Amino acid sequence: MAPSLQIEGLGKRFGPFWAVQGVDLTLARGELLGFLGPNGAGKSTTMKMITGYLPPSRGRALVCGADVETQPLAARRAIGYLPEGAPLYGDMTTAALLRFVAKVRGMSGPQRRRRSEWVAEKLGLHAVWYRPLESLSKGFKRRVGLALAILHDPQVLILDEPTDGLDPNQKHEVRSLLRELSADKAIILSTHLLEEVTAVCTRAMVIAEGKLVADATPEALFGAEPPEQVFRRLTLPPERRSAS
Amino acid sequence: MSALFAVTGRELAAYFLSPVAYIFICLFLALAGALTFYLGGFFERGQADLESFFAFHPWLYLLLVPALAMRLWAEERKSGTLELLATLPITTPQAVIGKFLAAWIFTAIALALTFPLWLTVSWLGEPDHGVIATAYLGSWLMAGAYLALGSLASAATRNQVVAFVLAAALSFLFLMSGLEVVQGLLRGWLPGDLASMVAGLSFLTRFEPLSQGALEAADLAYFLLVMIMGLTMTALLVDMKKAG
Repeated sequence: MAPSLQIEGLGKRFGPFWAVQGVDLTLARGELLGFLGPNGAGKSTTMKMITGYLPPSRGRALVCGADVETQPLAARRAIGYLPEGAPLYGDMTTAALLRFVAKVRGMSGPQRRRRSEWVAEKLGLHAVWYRPLESLSKGFKRRVGLALAILHDPQVLILDEPTDGLDPNQKHEVRSLLRELSADKAIILSTHLLEEVTAVCTRAMVIAEGKLVADATPEALFGAEPPEQVFRRLTLPPERRSAS
Repeated sequence: MSALFAVTGRELAAYFLSPVAYIFICLFLALAGALTFYLGGFFERGQADLESFFAFHPWLYLLLVPALAMRLWAEERKSGTLELLATLPITTPQAVIGKFLAAWIFTAIALALTFPLWLTVSWLGEPDHGVIATAYLGSWLMAGAYLALGSLASAATRNQVVAFVLAAALSFLFLMSGLEVVQGLLRGWLPGDLASMVAGLSFLTRFEPLSQGALEAADLAYFLLVMIMGLTMTALLVDMKKAG
């Protein structure tokens, strides 16, 4: 069976600047990968290429065996994606947006209702079900974005900062949900919270200046050192690594 | 196909969720009525037809249709929802056609609401209903051509005001080429055949026979061709802009 996600030499160039320069990665079911890196290191760009939003300048990404570029629809069907900042159609209600996404994904009426009910339950969306999305708090918007990503029970989940803007309780809930979901999915989540990686992820990957600088289990990566120190050592050039 | 219609449904609902729909319909009906009776001399002509009504449509659309089309793509890019839409299992041409159809159906609704005029001429005299039906069809096709240009302008920018101005300017070019003033100028410069060819590219020249009830295949094909070209270029532009 093909791995859930297979990335080979994926790179993206904007003009003369390589934002991502050759990322390799194989991810199997049951893995929950924490994707770390400073702002501008190429995390979001990498995720945008995996989800087919940005065409890669080189390399390729296979989602459940489907090439994102040559079989885009098959690849997108297998992916659930939460883009950075969780953009939503502000004039729609939670219910209407979920219905729209379910329809575009070709879900049948009963299936649509069953899955909507499930995500509403899991993410606590009943309170905002008929509210226009532009009136929701940041935390609720993020949760609606997450609901859209898991609505069709995808094999692969790509989540760009899923817990950003959530309060500690909500963060805890989302992390529990991700742990539960990861049993039969391959998940990548990007984050700035190092403790999130040690708390939920089975694997950690660090990217700096468009290059992978680490790929290991959180335990092996951070060991006994304070995670911030490891992060600084990996992502800052030596001259800026003052031991403050 | 269901994905395409899901987009159409969402867009159509979005028109009615914002004031755009109501302002557009009110303005269209008020202006169409005023122009017909005051400038067109509906009563003074003493004829039971709607020529004085349809004659102003190319000019009305020049102003109003860009307002309808400007949000189609510019808003998606500005609010970031394009990333949501473009990573769903739907192709760019499907999304482009889906959105266009919503706007085109909307213009059909606005046109349909002018039915009291048709009733009025029927009550006042005995109009040729075939001529009026043909003129309505022609007007709707022309609206589609304007919309395709508007959709192209909207895909070119993330700023709706720029999209509006661009669409109006583009449409104006298509209109102007058939005006007597421009034709007089062109005949001085170009051989007569070429000048009339330019005139043949004008919305005015193409709409005039239709508005008088002459159903010519060439005129219908012309408007359909403008739509196909405008939408093809929109799809290319959406993908190009996305690629960064």
